[in-house]
Amino acid sequence: MKTVKRIAIEGNEAAALAFKQVNPDVVAAYPITPSTEVVQKFSEYVANGEVDTEFVPVESEHSAMSACIGAAAAGARVMTSTASQGLALMWEMLYIASALRLPIVMTVSNRALSAPINIHGDHSDAMGARDSGWIQIFSENVQEIYDNIFQAVKIAENPEVRLPVMVGYDGFITSHSEEIIEILDDEVVQSFIGKYKPAYSLLDVDNPISVGPLALTDSYFEFKVAQAYALENSLPIIKKVGKEYGDLTGRYYDVIEKYKMDGAEYVVVAMSSTVGTAREVVDALREKGLPVGLLKIRVFRPFPTEDIINALKDVKVVGILDRSMVPGSFGGPLYHEITSALYHFEKRPIAQPYVYGLGGRDITTQHIEKVFEELMEIAKKGKPNPLTYIGVRE
Amino acid sequence: MKLPGWKELVKTAPILPAGTSKEYKTGDWRTFRPEIDYNKCTTCMFCWLFCPDSAVKFDGTKVYIDYEYCKGCGLCAAECPVKAITMKEEEK
Repeated sequence: MKTVKRIAIEGNEAAALAFKQVNPDVVAAYPITPSTEVVQKFSEYVANGEVDTEFVPVESEHSAMSACIGAAAAGARVMTSTASQGLALMWEMLYIASALRLPIVMTVSNRALSAPINIHGDHSDAMGARDSGWIQIFSENVQEIYDNIFQAVKIAENPEVRLPVMVGYDGFITSHSEEIIEILDDEVVQSFIGKYKPAYSLLDVDNPISVGPLALTDSYFEFKVAQAYALENSLPIIKKVGKEYGDLTGRYYDVIEKYKMDGAEYVVVAMSSTVGTAREVVDALREKGLPVGLLKIRVFRPFPTEDIINALKDVKVVGILDRSMVPGSFGGPLYHEITSALYHFEKRPIAQPYVYGLGGRDITTQHIEKVFEELMEIAKKGKPNPLTYIGVRE
Repeated sequence: MKLPGWKELVKTAPILPAGTSKEYKTGDWRTFRPEIDYNKCTTCMFCWLFCPDSAVKFDGTKVYIDYEYCKGCGLCAAECPVKAITMKEEEK
């Protein structure tokens, strides 16, 4: 019988451990709270000779992503890590990484954006990059950070995909939580991700290529549509990789997770660590016999539209929990996407927008219980309330 | 050159074979074309020297314009000391 190895480890260190087991060719990174330990711990592995990686300690996140792009175009397996302002500083390079179809894997310890300065967890950074053409996967807990990184490598490097992947997890809440996780042997990781065979390489002098060509009014549009198609087309591959990972470890991953959704009339939709909190509430309310359920969005880009529609179409009221704002609008990014997806269906739930947890403000089981109470009132009333902020002082 | 549709670009894009910029003829940006009056031209080579796009060529005896790359900026006409170059509006 195979013995399962369990260790207690913090989120960031689990990410660094996963990086070490992937043993990428190049890591170019700049540390930023709350993702610092990923880079710090990984640089220790480099200094101790435990990896073969070329580690590039750059002077900013813009340079980090630029170096990653150059290395990936040269055919290297490349990884990096950032958060918040760091991700914001990478912004223009994010678009170039995805448009050049470079399979870079980056962890993002999701954190609020300034101002005011705040180092704690929310999804503002990731949502600022939602249109950058990256695949975005969110991790509920430390185990998922570890598991998602290996899957991200396999997804990114799939010849049909060739796109960068961002693995998100909540800053401090998950990045600094010590949890017991199951880890894999290095050989198992290596055999799962396989040897990287880049489709193109700048270093392959026998097959010279042009990277980053000019494409003006006559061609740019075609390139962008091709890129968008590649991103959409990655959804079934993300599912396939999640199943393969499950066959290997017993931990299966899909693009969404339906938790106690059978017969559920009142459903909360959430991402990342809040899903763990909501599970407790759903368990407690189900024990009282209330028809409640939880829908976890694990993959935000590409948006799993059909999966979400199928999960929600028979629900009475859905409360959509966003941990970021779209100022000047009527809901958060998840709310916008889900309600747009449901628009064309005659039979659809009433959707209630919530924004919570900005700048790391706690969301507790009591908050989520109240959300379910409100969803039941909304069902009686027949229409949703305006955008509701959870846990903010008036 | 037939331009590809997006479906053809999914697999390879945006990586192209090397040297494709040679196929990119920038001469169609031009709205005015320089024309040389060889009765006036003294082959002083000023136009050849000043052309920012190296679109003025020299065949060993005379200068001529490479219209596949000349963007029609008019520097050659402005610099010509004997006014041998005139800028004529391009017609369809």
